[in-house]
Order: sequence, then C-alpha cells, then structure tokens
Amino acid sequence: MSLKVKLSFSGGMELLFNNNKSAEVKIPASINPPNPTNMQDLIFWIRDNLLKERPGLFISENTVRPGILVLINETDWELEGELDYEIKDGDDIVFISTLHGG
Amino acid sequence: MKICVLCNKNKAILKRPKTSQQICKECFYYVFETEIHHTIVDNKLFKPGDRIAIAASGGKDSTVLAYVIKLLNNRYNYGLNLFLLSVDEGITGYRDDSLETVKRNQQQYDLPLEIVSYRQLYGWSMDEIVKEVGLKNNCTFCGVFRRQALDRGAMLLNVDHIITGHNADDIAETVLMNILRGDIARLQRCTEIVTTGDERIKRSKPFKYTYEKEIVMYAYFKKLDYFSTECVYSPNAYRGYARTFLKDLESIRPSTIIDIIHSGEAFQIKQDVKLPTQGTCKRCGYMSSNELCKACILLEGLNRGLPKLGIGKTNRMRKIHGDMPDNTSTIQHLDTLKNEANNNKCKDLLKWSTKTTPTAVTQEMHGGRYASRSAINVLLQTDSEICSMWYQPY
Repeated sequence: MSLKVKLSFSGGMELLFNNNKSAEVKIPASINPPNPTNMQDLIFWIRDNLLKERPGLFISENTVRPGILVLINETDWELEGELDYEIKDGDDIVFISTLHGG
Repeated sequence: MKICVLCNKNKAILKRPKTSQQICKECFYYVFETEIHHTIVDNKLFKPGDRIAIAASGGKDSTVLAYVIKLLNNRYNYGLNLFLLSVDEGITGYRDDSLETVKRNQQQYDLPLEIVSYRQLYGWSMDEIVKEVGLKNNCTFCGVFRRQALDRGAMLLNVDHIITGHNADDIAETVLMNILRGDIARLQRCTEIVTTGDERIKRSKPFKYTYEKEIVMYAYFKKLDYFSTECVYSPNAYRGYARTFLKDLESIRPSTIIDIIHSGEAFQIKQDVKLPTQGTCKRCGYMSSNELCKACILLEGLNRGLPKLGIGKTNRMRKIHGDMPDNTSTIQHLDTLKNEANNNKCKDLLKWSTKTTPTAVTQEMHGGRYASRSAINVLLQTDSEICSMWYQPY
C-alpha cells in the first residue's frame, strides 16, 4: 500500500531540492509499521529521498527548522496536529521558507 | 475541521502567531490589512498628498507592502502618490533577477518605478567591490551604500517619505543584535516606527507589528509574485545567528517577538550617557555623526586601493596613508543632487502643465507639495511661460 502525495517547496526551500518547486511522490502507507505514516515520518522520508544538500537547513531537532511554514491541503499545519498529522492519499503539502530577505 | 473563531462559519486555515486564534482565509485578509491600517492611522504615518516611495527589493516583505499599501490607499482614501524605489547593487545572479520581479510588480500594481544603482551613485557595483575586498566585509559596504542609495533615490523622485517592509521579526532581531553589540544609540532608534533620514525624508515601517509568518501566508494565499533567493555573497552571519535564535524562541512562545519589540521600546538610557550627535558629512552632505560619513570613507578606500580604510581603525590607516588625494572621485554632494532634482521637478511640472489648467499648476505650486523654496521661486518666474504653453495649440 502506498500513498500519493504532492509536495511543494518555495520561498527559497527549492534550492535544497535541486531547484525543484514540486514533486509528486509515492510513499509507503506505513513507514513505521504498524503506525500509519504521519508528518514526522514524511519529513524524514523527504530528507532521505529527496533532499540534495544541507539537511540542517531543512530539519532541526526532528522537525522542520523553525522559520519554515508548512501547509497541509492549504491549511496551516499548526491546525492539523503538526508532526502527528496522518498522511492521506492525495494530500497536498507545501513547505515555505521565511528565512530569506524581503 | 476547525472553524474560524472570528466568523464562526468557515474552515480555519491559519493559526495567528500573535494571538493563537484560528481563523479562515477571508477573516485573515481582513485582520491582516486592518491591523496595518490601524498602525498607519494610530501613528499618523501619512497625510493626504504625500509622495511615498515603497522601498522594493522584489522580496516577500516589500512585495506584500506594495500590494497592501496600494489597496489601503484606495480603500481608505489616504490620498497618497505611490512610487516603487529599488536599489540595484549590481550583484549578478541575485539582484538582476530580483529586479525583474520588481519590474513585474510595477506592471501588476501600476506604480511608477525608479531604480538607482551603486554603479551610478558610487562608481562601483557590488560585483566589483567583492573582487576588491573579498567575501569578508562586503556586507558592510552593501549595507552602508544601500541606506544612502534609498535616500538619494527618494530625492530624485521628490518624495517626502520612504516606507520599508521591515516586519516585527526583523525589528525584534535588530533589538537582540543591538543589545548583543551594546549599540545603545541604535537600540533606541531601531524600534521607532518613524525615523528621519536626511533632512526632510522620513522613513517608516508600516509592518512594525506584522509577523513574518502572516506576511508569507498572505503572499501565498494571494499568490503574489515575489523573489526568494539568498544573496550570492553569503548572508550577514551575525544577523543569521540572531534570526535562528529568535525563530527558536518563537517556536516555543510566538508572542516573544512582540515582547522583545516592547522591551526595546521600554529601554531607558541613563541621562548622563553620551550619545553621538548627528551632523553632516563634510564631503557629501549626508547625515553623519563623524566628520565624514561611512559611505565616503568606504568609497575613498575603494578608490585608493585601500579597502580596509573604513573597516578597521580609520585613524590608524590615515596616519599610514595620509589624506585623500584631491583627484579621487567622491559621492555627488547632496546639494548638487537636490538642485538636479529641483530642475527635474520644474521640467516635470512644465510637461504636466500642458495637460492641465494653469490654475491647477498654480495651486500645485502654492499647495506646499514642493518643500523647496527655490523650486517655487523658479516656477513663479516661469508662471507666464506655463500659461502661454497651456494656450498654445499642440
């Protein structure tokens, strides 16, 4: 069983992913059996499978680095349980860095 | 699904860092824009007829600033004349790309754009400066030159006021940095919402109480076109540490940002502490607490092949290398720039007078929009000329 997820990276985050602004990926429905895949698993999965450089600019202390905004299906992940959110098939997840000059 | 706590109707899409409220998209737009409007009104930032330059880098903050100020100007009839003002530092692969964003913004928001370049003002682009000084102190040059560049650009546009996209996070970060560096003079100034730069040009920060998270979310939901790439000449490391520390604090308690700004505002400095007095640079006329402003010393260093001149102890370097030779090129004196700007103003008015009525021109001249007495005198002399131009069939 796998889940199809759309990932997007912007605000400078794309630089860590070979300048790819988005990716359609298939991830296991349970990365950590028997638990269903959640955001925590997804973040590590991204680090291990997609990230091209400088993991410290993406992850800090097992979560995304402070200053990176995450949206799950167009909603602030702070309203969706953050790391505990269980990924569903067809989810649309956006990472935006705020750490760049304005 | 979480429901918006403001309208109790729609799905919440954002948790506000400032208040922890969960709100929907429409309510978010409304509170975001309205809070900025209140900041503007409460601090009396603008008055009708003001000519305002929006310092535009093409990044998220200034892009949202241009969008929101234009919107509020229409919604609440501020009566502002808005301009975009950009600085071209001359950084290939960074600023050239971001200026393309500003040019698109100019089209999207239909605002006039002025670009001033380091090359044109100082005779050096950042690319050339980096070749000379390396990657260690280049941010010092860039920062010092940018501040003057904005003021000089503002003079060319004849604006009264520059607004910048500095947000609450930026200001909290600056408070921390100034405390760490023990820079008392700047600590006092950095939380002020309005400061005065050279003589008559005000600077203000309408986003002083606006969180970065909300600016980025606003840009995202409104699909605003902004540019986000780190400067190719390595970011300012010191600011980077302060920023990471602040973001860590924010993730524990989001109100930290407003709290730090508040602390900065409440900081009291003992009466007997000597603060530097502001004078003007004897070489270029820009405000300075020393005989020469930092930009002039840095430029002298570049032009004499002594790039360290303005970095370390200038006095020691002066003892070794002596004063600047007479033929070294310097920054154009502000008085010369002002005269040029005044001349342009007259030309503009003459051009404009062919489109409008003589009465309107006279009102414009006497309406106090033009601060410079000499410009008004020049115009009064040409009053009859304007009138005759108006009646000439073109």
